[in-house]
Amino acid sequence: MSETRSLAELAAIIRSKNAGPFRLTFDILFDDEPAFLAVTAADVINPDAIAALFGIDRAQVSSIHVLPEGLAIKITLLRPRAQCAAGETDVYGCQQHVPLMDLPVPLAGNYDYSAPAA
Amino acid sequence: MISVLTPTGTLGYGFDARALARGMRFEPDVIAVDAGSTDPGPAYLGSAEPLCARRVVKGEIAQLLRSARGAGIPLVIGSAGGSGRGELVDWTADIVREVAREQGHRLRLARIYADIPRERVERALARGEVEDFEAGFAVTRETLDDTTAIVAQMGWEPIAEALDAGSHVVVAGRACDDLAIAAYPIAAGADLGLATHMGKILECGAFSAEPFAMDVMLGFLHDDHFVLEPGSLARRASLKSVAAHSLYERENPFLQRGPGGAVDLSGCRFEAEGERRVRVSGARFLEDPVYRVKLEGAGLKGYRTLCMAGIRCPTMIERLDELLENARRRTIEHFAPDTVTPSFRVYGRDGVMAELEPFPRNGSAHELGLLMDVTASTQELAHAACHFLSGHLLHVAWPGQVNTSGNLAFPYSPSDIDAGAVYEFTIYHLMTAESPTELFPIHYDDV
Repeated sequence: MSETRSLAELAAIIRSKNAGPFRLTFDILFDDEPAFLAVTAADVINPDAIAALFGIDRAQVSSIHVLPEGLAIKITLLRPRAQCAAGETDVYGCQQHVPLMDLPVPLAGNYDYSAPAA
Repeated sequence: MISVLTPTGTLGYGFDARALARGMRFEPDVIAVDAGSTDPGPAYLGSAEPLCARRVVKGEIAQLLRSARGAGIPLVIGSAGGSGRGELVDWTADIVREVAREQGHRLRLARIYADIPRERVERALARGEVEDFEAGFAVTRETLDDTTAIVAQMGWEPIAEALDAGSHVVVAGRACDDLAIAAYPIAAGADLGLATHMGKILECGAFSAEPFAMDVMLGFLHDDHFVLEPGSLARRASLKSVAAHSLYERENPFLQRGPGGAVDLSGCRFEAEGERRVRVSGARFLEDPVYRVKLEGAGLKGYRTLCMAGIRCPTMIERLDELLENARRRTIEHFAPDTVTPSFRVYGRDGVMAELEPFPRNGSAHELGLLMDVTASTQELAHAACHFLSGHLLHVAWPGQVNTSGNLAFPYSPSDIDAGAVYEFTIYHLMTAESPTELFPIHYDDV
């Protein structure tokens, strides 16, 4: 049976932060390799998926880095509004991570995955 | 081996005195700390206001200066006061002098300025020597007209020059965070790539340790690697904490750009050394063919008055967008031909994420927080317009309204709060420098 987990159930840390005044960067860090591999195998983190998740143009997704040695995935967006520009809401960009927590990750049918140890 | 003690991620954000005392037992060669960045926003650069209160910064400088003088090692402070503007170099230097007097130290104090005169940028513009970094717009003469203050991030070279001149304390204006920490080791002959990578990790203090905190972190730099250890025994550096930190606040995890070049981190290795230390190797410095520095500019956009209110009535919550849009339009029309710019943030709905918020806009909140603000050319106009805006929403009527005596729950009286000058980043660009020290004059005094 294939099943689906949220990214928050699989990752240890999901965080957002400014990378300079014009970029917003997200780090997804994993405690264990099976969880990391489950997410990368599901291919749910790609420019189209991230654009859809945040309701932005694909061109606003600046880069995605997958770091197998670090069990990490890094996503960087162009900020919709520069830091402290009119109407901007989050000076440090540190509360923009929640849509990623809820991202559904379908696990492969034959993938024997048990929840990461606490 | 060259060792660096960094007491905290930002001077003024605190550290544990016991962790400092323990760190000093390793006999570091220098205490180096960064005091700011662009991260708190353009207002600190535009206004030249310090990021942290004088009494707080003085308390920390007092501890650091006592430790540094006691050990006979220099103290380096980068990005003085937060934005690293000249006024804040002077502000920090004044604190150092006061503390030196109180503690009875005689010392050589170096002040390094990072303010860039408009004329220097104009000269670079005329030569085509300014290029966008990440701003997404070009710098023009009009940009400079709209810019209140410009600083450039200095590299390690001006700080090294001040150290070579026998300075006991170096107060540097805006400096690349990594290189303010790495300047001493580089001046002492360390590998540029390794030292900069170590500076990059140390500049956030014990944010690279677990549990992370603004606290003391030490780096021990050898010929072909460096070792990290937190000052506090309650923390440890782990592969996970150090690797996670190398992703922090930056886009490209493999390339760290800075003045004069970049550090290639693609060949880095992280290895645990016992329980509390991590050994790092493999960073390589890639020198740029021309020496460029990053300019940061902030411009005054007006003055802001804000007003916070709570909304509880479901009949208002269900038509809030329409009411806010009408209030915005009415306020703009009322003050025309003067320009006023109202804005709203609706907490409990999309006040945090705005256009990135995926949650359905008409959710089921039973209560919303409404932050109103108006920006205008003077504080007086912003205040008048904000009061008009909040007053309009307080008493506006709509069909089906149940409560006709007032729509907004204000937590304060007066409800309209003048928030002062508003700045935006106007420059975030690279400029070619004639040399690494050209833009950063050094002044010495013997205190």
